[in-house]
Amino acid sequence: MPPAEVGDAVRVEALTKRFAGVTAVDGLRFRVGPAEIFGLVGPDGAGKSTTLRMLAGVLPPDAGSASVAGCDVVREAERLKTRISYMPQHFGLYEDLTVEENIRFYADLFETERNAREERAGRLLAASGMSEFRRRLAGQLSGGMKQKLGLTCALIHTPRVLLLDEPTTGVDPVSRRDFWRILYSLVDEGVTVVISTSYLDEAERCHRLALLRSGRLLLCDTPANLKRRMRGEVVVAISPRPREVRDALAGAPGVLGSLLVGVAVHVNVDDAARIPELLRALVAAGVPCESLQRVDPTMEDLFVSAVREAERTDA
Amino acid sequence: MIASSSVGASVVVERLVKRFGAFTAVDDVSFGVDPGEIMGFLGPNGAGKSTLIRMLCGLLRPSSGRALIAGLDVARDPEAVRQHIGYMSQRFSLYADLTVLENLRFFGGLYGVEGREFEARSAWALEMAGLLDRKSALTSELASGWKQRLALGCAVLHRPPILFLDEPTSGVDPIARRAFWELIQQMAATGVTVFVSTHYMDEAEYCHRLALMDRGRLVGLGAPEELRHHALRGALLEMDCEPVGAALEALQAAPGVFDAAVFGSRLHVVVASADAASAELPAYLGARGVRCTRIRAIEPSLEDVFVQQLGAAARQSRGAP
Repeated sequence: MPPAEVGDAVRVEALTKRFAGVTAVDGLRFRVGPAEIFGLVGPDGAGKSTTLRMLAGVLPPDAGSASVAGCDVVREAERLKTRISYMPQHFGLYEDLTVEENIRFYADLFETERNAREERAGRLLAASGMSEFRRRLAGQLSGGMKQKLGLTCALIHTPRVLLLDEPTTGVDPVSRRDFWRILYSLVDEGVTVVISTSYLDEAERCHRLALLRSGRLLLCDTPANLKRRMRGEVVVAISPRPREVRDALAGAPGVLGSLLVGVAVHVNVDDAARIPELLRALVAAGVPCESLQRVDPTMEDLFVSAVREAERTDA
Repeated sequence: MIASSSVGASVVVERLVKRFGAFTAVDDVSFGVDPGEIMGFLGPNGAGKSTLIRMLCGLLRPSSGRALIAGLDVARDPEAVRQHIGYMSQRFSLYADLTVLENLRFFGGLYGVEGREFEARSAWALEMAGLLDRKSALTSELASGWKQRLALGCAVLHRPPILFLDEPTSGVDPIARRAFWELIQQMAATGVTVFVSTHYMDEAEYCHRLALMDRGRLVGLGAPEELRHHALRGALLEMDCEPVGAALEALQAAPGVFDAAVFGSRLHVVVASADAASAELPAYLGARGVRCTRIRAIEPSLEDVFVQQLGAAARQSRGAP
């Protein structure tokens, strides 16, 4: 985590929110630097949306504090709203208005200057490949295009901090890439982005991220550093009989666990230097194996490893 | 654990076409699936995945071509086809205001699973889902991992030899997700044929084979490993450069570079040759004021492969090289 600076775009201290006996967000702490893309990453129920709603100043915390773009989210909620843009999961697009009319509506709402809005809307629509759909009704857009229109509307004024709640859920990989291209170009302009996602593979696109589970922070760091902290390494075995590979390696020295993934077996082992040893174990068991090689762990590998680690410490 | 008496069934799809007016949603698609195979369908929205799956479920009549499910023709015998399949979608499968047991009863009634068979199957489903002591809980109160296993239990109550899963684990806790896929793979090992439709590359990895669809056509077919290693045109490099913005701009015009994109703090660059690019790009970038501190060849992800293939398919359909 970078040292505390006046320049922090987001600062969260012991942030907590309870709903009817459930602690949705539990003592969360993190900082986001300017022009950073920060990910809130975790499954449904991890507290991602609740955190973003508190950061947007639309939900008061029960304990702790947060400041966004230099404004306290409770005491300075009004000023906060002029400095940020918040795109909730179900962004309020008017389905019976056209793309252009939706943009105009939000531009009026944010009181964007007329010249600036034309230029900005044009640029955002071009970046998302939507220029030719200006006159299409929002209700007739695909899921990915709706999300890109939502982003265009949210960005029609220039926020210092952009808060995005699961903008890519249900969006196909091609549209998702377009979406991220726009986010990176915003960061070049100095905008800070806090984005939530339940797609763990998407987490790797963030500069830094917080892995969340049941309202708690599991880990917070850059994707590269997180991977370095993973317990052991991941070795992938390709075999016509993956099940037998898993069984044969189950008790082998250094093997921490294994996972059947289609035609492959992902083996979590304390050290990838054991590969020759594992191969010998397979030969001895008479199990065919086409290849056995070290791979970078995925975010999911990391998440599961972090949960197991937390369970061990709790126990 | 899977006490299923299902016998596997194969699927044969031959030159299948579905037109809606002038629009061709599924365009001359052929493939075969063996019993016990997990087959994934990927592609952008509107690629024809749902139309294809609805035809295979006997819910939509093909315009031409044919599809055989366990030897049954989906056009001639849709009723019988429907009895051979189970369908589960993460989002829409269960009634939130019914209890766990009520949901099982509802699906039992739907599939005609009654009496002792229902007792046996619902007991199996409750055990599989880890819900034996939560039979009377409202479904809306279950955490997503349990909900999704209950949905699976409901979908296979009638022991279908073919199972369709629509983005089954999106948003589910990774630990529950792994447990879910373990179950699916066990079912497949007993001969159940599984179809998965998803946008989620982590789900695609669990499939034995993947079919990539784009604008109604099948544009790629193969095992995930095979696609990752052989389907990408060129090689993928991961580069650390400073400043990133200038690097991206310079790389997009660099010789031997097919594509460059920002990926977190790094760049992902698709090049014609990894060796040549690793040798030449640092100097090329240096001459343009960009410092390159690290280059390494990395395995392309399935997403890298698919995004490139979809781009190529789009160029081809526009008649460009």
